[in-house]
Amino acid sequence: MADKGFEWLMVLCALSIFAIVVLIASELVKGSNLSWNQFGFDFFYKSVIDSYTKLPNYWDPVNGHFSALPFVYGTLVSSFLGLLMAVPLAVGLAVFLTEMCPPVLRGPLAFITELLAAIPSVIYGLWAVFVLVPLLREYVNPMLIKLFGWTGFFGDDNPSGLGYFAAGVILAIMILPIISSLTREVMTAVPNSQREAALALGATRWEMIWISVIRNARIGIVGAIILGLGRALGETMAVTMVIGNSPGIYRSLLANGTTMASVIANEYAEASNDLHRSALTEIGLALFFVTIIVNAAARLLVWAVTRGAPARVQ
Amino acid sequence: MGVGIEVINLNAWYGTNHTLQDINLHIPANQATALIGPSGCGKSTFVRCLNRMHETNPIARVTGTVRIGDLDIYEDAKPVQIRRRVGMVFQRPNPFPTMSIYDNVASGLKLNGYTNRRVLDEIVERSLKNSALWEEVKDDLKKKSGASLSGGQQQRLCIARALAVDPEVLLMDEPASALDPVSTSKIEDLIFELKSQYTIVIVTHNMQQAARVAEKTGFFLNGRMVEFDSTHKIFTNPSDKRTEDYITGRFG
Repeated sequence: MADKGFEWLMVLCALSIFAIVVLIASELVKGSNLSWNQFGFDFFYKSVIDSYTKLPNYWDPVNGHFSALPFVYGTLVSSFLGLLMAVPLAVGLAVFLTEMCPPVLRGPLAFITELLAAIPSVIYGLWAVFVLVPLLREYVNPMLIKLFGWTGFFGDDNPSGLGYFAAGVILAIMILPIISSLTREVMTAVPNSQREAALALGATRWEMIWISVIRNARIGIVGAIILGLGRALGETMAVTMVIGNSPGIYRSLLANGTTMASVIANEYAEASNDLHRSALTEIGLALFFVTIIVNAAARLLVWAVTRGAPARVQ
Repeated sequence: MGVGIEVINLNAWYGTNHTLQDINLHIPANQATALIGPSGCGKSTFVRCLNRMHETNPIARVTGTVRIGDLDIYEDAKPVQIRRRVGMVFQRPNPFPTMSIYDNVASGLKLNGYTNRRVLDEIVERSLKNSALWEEVKDDLKKKSGASLSGGQQQRLCIARALAVDPEVLLMDEPASALDPVSTSKIEDLIFELKSQYTIVIVTHNMQQAARVAEKTGFFLNGRMVEFDSTHKIFTNPSDKRTEDYITGRFG
């Protein structure tokens, strides 16, 4: 009989996972009801013209107007900036580790990369505030403005060093480990016979890596990138500390911005009324769905590639 | 046209393991030469030294001279150039699964910088005909992946891929050992056809296969070449006792 009891206990543990997901979703839906009834789909794009500045205002807790657009925009911009910087670095690191690294160095390098993932995000945030942001402010941003200012993407109106770009850089560092370790996994799963096939045709090492390794691993690499994107979309603390927290939409990547996660962290505890709280909850609901879908898609891709892959023989 | 291969004092190591010891032989042009011997005797290592694939393993080392035609492959050229003149077919078929049949055959040509559509079409067709695969795949050259073919077809695809760059030498490392008897006999027929144009070196576990396809046969044992002679002599009247023991099935 004890066996039966144990079995039920384990089933309960397993079911609790589903229960947690359902509870979170239902709580978010319930909490955002007020805002949904008030704004409907307008919530995701509509602004009001501010009576004083004559500029579009998306987020005005005082007058009770709420719209998620600047937060969605900030989340997307900072995440894609992060991906743009992290992906080449991560794939390069994975290629180095699987294809050219001396075996003595392989273990330690892979270990250190994975350790990066274990650092709490508030530590990344602190480091960014004290080291990264001053660095961007003094050296990187002025150079970007000088070189690419004409595109309009690098405006010189924010001297703080905070903003979308700072958030992108810190996100790139934070998602590097997950992308590179998964990419390494799918590259290791590419059978050695594929490498020999390319080499025997007279491919150089680079051509071999391109034809055999990257081509065969490409679906898995895409999966790893999407998983990194999932991380970036939901990242809260470090981004909040460096993005500047201004609920507007700016073309300049050096402008102060905001993200879905950071506005919740910043304002929920001090929300001025029920509608404000409900609007924040609705942003949370949107973020919840987006990250779940992105993560599920990524896991499926990685799983489809690495499943049943033979170990690499060397 | 094929060229002869001259091997002088070839030694090879994997780490501290001395896998090939003082190999000397002359492989004649436009013939098939079979290498037989028990597992681990060094015959695969030997063919991998002929296109410098052996050294792709970081712990491997080679000394000695290998001359293919007039070219000393360890002195006069880079590995990449050698491998474009010496094609190789492996034990397990290894087509590129992400490429179509057409792209598989054309892959070596593209590495060599061929881009002209018409030239590529022509060479792909000729290579597939030479490897006796054309009739079976001509309708879905660009539709099907190289991995969608049967094992025997995949191996002939790999042969076509190796032939497309028009090598002088074709190395085959147990090309039929993973195949069924029908596919095996197709590969053997193919070797018979191809040796008028290429110098073929084939490693095999199957002594009947060596007897069927090769003019010359070498017997390897424990990293040394025990005997190298015409296939007929090796199988009917070998000079070395160990060769006789092996071909009569006393060991190995």
